[in-house]
Amino acid sequence: MAVKFTLNGKAVSLDVDPDMPLLWAVRDEIGLTGSKFGCGAAQCGACTMHVEGQPVRACSTPLSAIEGQKVTTIEGLGGKVAQAVQAAWIKHEVAQCGYCQSGQIMSAVALLTDNKKPSDADIDEAMQGNICRCATYVRIRAAIHDAAKTVRA
Amino acid sequence: MTEQSKIEIPQASRRRFLQGAAAAGAGLVVGFHWVPRNAMAQAKAAGQPQMINAFIRIAPDNTVTVLSKHLEMGQGTYTGLATIVAEELDADWNQMRAEGAPADAKLYANLAFGIQGTGGSTAMANSWEQLRKAGATARAMLVAAAAEQWKVPAREITVSKGVVSHAASGKKASFGQLAEKAAAVTPPADVTLKDPAKFSLIGKNVARLDAKAKSTGTAQYTIDVKLPGQLTALLQRAPMFGAKVKSFDAAKAKAVPGVVDVVQISNGVAVVAKNFWSAKQGREALEIVWDDSAAEKRSTDEILAEYKELAKKPGLPARKDGDVDAAFAKAAKVIEASYDFPYLAHAPMEPLDCVVKLDPNGAEIWAGDQFQTIDQASAAHVLGLKPEQVKINTLYAGGSFGRRATTNADYIVEGVEIAKAIGGKAPVRLIWTREDDIKGGKYRPMYHHTLKAGVDDKGNIIAWQHRIVGQSIITGTPFEPVMVKDGIDATSVEGAANLPYDIPNMSVELTTTKNPVTVLWWRSVGSTHTAFATEVFLDEIAGATGQDPVALRRKLLAKHPRHLGVLNLAAEKAGWGKPLPAGKMRGVAVHESFSSYVAEVAEVSLKADGTWKVDKITAAVDCGTPINPNIIRAQVESGIGYGLSATIKPGIKLAKGGEVEQSNFHDYEVLRIHEMPKVEVHIVPSKEKPTGIGEPGTPPVAPAVANALMAGTKQVFRALPLPTDGVKSV
Repeated sequence: MAVKFTLNGKAVSLDVDPDMPLLWAVRDEIGLTGSKFGCGAAQCGACTMHVEGQPVRACSTPLSAIEGQKVTTIEGLGGKVAQAVQAAWIKHEVAQCGYCQSGQIMSAVALLTDNKKPSDADIDEAMQGNICRCATYVRIRAAIHDAAKTVRA
Repeated sequence: MTEQSKIEIPQASRRRFLQGAAAAGAGLVVGFHWVPRNAMAQAKAAGQPQMINAFIRIAPDNTVTVLSKHLEMGQGTYTGLATIVAEELDADWNQMRAEGAPADAKLYANLAFGIQGTGGSTAMANSWEQLRKAGATARAMLVAAAAEQWKVPAREITVSKGVVSHAASGKKASFGQLAEKAAAVTPPADVTLKDPAKFSLIGKNVARLDAKAKSTGTAQYTIDVKLPGQLTALLQRAPMFGAKVKSFDAAKAKAVPGVVDVVQISNGVAVVAKNFWSAKQGREALEIVWDDSAAEKRSTDEILAEYKELAKKPGLPARKDGDVDAAFAKAAKVIEASYDFPYLAHAPMEPLDCVVKLDPNGAEIWAGDQFQTIDQASAAHVLGLKPEQVKINTLYAGGSFGRRATTNADYIVEGVEIAKAIGGKAPVRLIWTREDDIKGGKYRPMYHHTLKAGVDDKGNIIAWQHRIVGQSIITGTPFEPVMVKDGIDATSVEGAANLPYDIPNMSVELTTTKNPVTVLWWRSVGSTHTAFATEVFLDEIAGATGQDPVALRRKLLAKHPRHLGVLNLAAEKAGWGKPLPAGKMRGVAVHESFSSYVAEVAEVSLKADGTWKVDKITAAVDCGTPINPNIIRAQVESGIGYGLSATIKPGIKLAKGGEVEQSNFHDYEVLRIHEMPKVEVHIVPSKEKPTGIGEPGTPPVAPAVANALMAGTKQVFRALPLPTDGVKSV
């Protein structure tokens, strides 16, 4: 039985193992590779996508769980908050190796969509599930505060 | 490892491999005007991008692409190397691009290594003169082309921000317009380099070239490569170091939908499938019997006990100044301490991976390749090809921290062996899972250090004995002839054998141990442990003799102006000596690695419940001429975060029986955002040649934090990781 869902605004139907994680379905079957594999265990956040607007660890979400839902990946980001976050990421030169940054950005966009003026503690809470081994955390924090200003303006 | 001994690397110099950066200057600049053969052929056609020399390609659309001989793994190399070229070329920064150079040691050797590879924070240092000349030469060729086209004297032509002009005639042309003609110009034998006072890009914060791609999910990593018909492989490796496959049953694995092949290779049994998910399920269904007769079955606790015994006896001399025994006999006070360091996994965010495609006449590899020459030679060896028949496409690496710079091309050889085992019928993408990565070895070695100091009645250190016990990273690898001398692996003692402190009688000894656990360089290599042992021990001496840690260091570093420069700058900016509120404490450490000097002051707050947090690190760095201050700051922030992770999170442990206890980020924890301190980075202005900054920020952080805790608690901290609770204020 094919699993049907909406990916970045387009209807998708995938006839694969319904236990296949959403991450691998999107990467291997659909061919969108912006979302990354980091741990396969919902520990690092590199695979973060939005399901119905909420950040989800796609490496540990079976395809069957998103039947009929709206999924957004880094490739499908749009709108004021996403633009502000990505512009701030570029301005602050957050990325080093860059591998985790799609996931970081997805988590940051979800945070700023809900909370236009996050405190440092709010940022810690929302971003704690996203590991960056380059430890770009100082700049992630700065970029989120900066993007929040743009969103509020 | 026996296979590896057949891979020879060119003997570039007997100088220390990793610290060779400083030696990479005069006399070693190779023929940068050579152009890769196939690139040259491609460039002949009109209207095509033109190779001006081996490092610079100019396209008709006026973009200038720098072929980077160094891997971009986050450290900003592409941007840094392009900056050096653009400066001498007088290009506009917006027209600059960078991409990985092909594997070709004749053109793209790291001049500090003699082979093509990235590591030891050498990228800027070894490329500095070479790429300045490459840029200046290309500029001269563009000018010559314009002079010929416009029939004007070359000396009347100026170049600014990517525009070539002749004022008298009013003629102007872009690089793109002149590229074809310039590519045909005979390169001048000699060029004059720019006066550094006129630098307009070097020393400024030009924008990172990869910022946009890495903020939009479009940057291409190895894991993203998808060739027609490509299969995905996962390899089941032995659960213990030194174990081998005895037998296996592939029936259940082959029954998993999507599994195409199950093959045995040197390192284990590979499941090759249509996609990752099938390969993973197939691997879980494999039944393998292991031969563990030669495996390491001891726990890390047992290995450490062995190291502690070994440290009681003298090791091989790595440094011997004065008469240590006589000085100890005279000392008014003798201070002793020992320090322990665990195995550490690198855990880059992109697990190891490579894509291998076999053709009748060669092979093509895609990887975040860090040691092209070794990987190329090793792949060729497996396939019975000549190295030049193996093409390597170097892509962005999702971190490395040393892990991709493998001395035996481990993950590349695995990919090649799997592709060969399936008869080359499809391109193979090998992916390591995080569990493979954490359990897979190539760790920063475990070490045990003992230190002993003799102090006279005025508090002067008159004797210093330092013993280091641990595995060698280099022995048994192709680097051994260059980097192991008289039994001393330079990477085991760096930071200790070259301790700058003015102590008249000093002995540094090394006992190298051997066991099947595989080890490798980990961001800042020997300094990951030597900086901690020496800097924490120095603070123990300061405490025992009632001296201020900064004052004591100043006294001992009087003959080392660059150490002193960063120490003084960090101390001043951190407000060293100013009173702190209750529960707050400061510690300092200074350390040189890879010819760059870094001092860090840690500010730590301790809670009543015995837990603590690093609030702020103030760093001062001297890495010679700063090419891009913003990237330098980013690298120091990163180095601090990476080092702090190993300061507070447990390392790798082997259980009794030899299996690795950790498997993923839930039990091999790493630093997360709420644990990251504020970081302030101050750069010492310098006109010295640039040195590296990818690693030198890491070593001082752990000792600075330990020294802060020691200052505030009077407890001693003699092992990493530090205890994160149960610490009590005095």
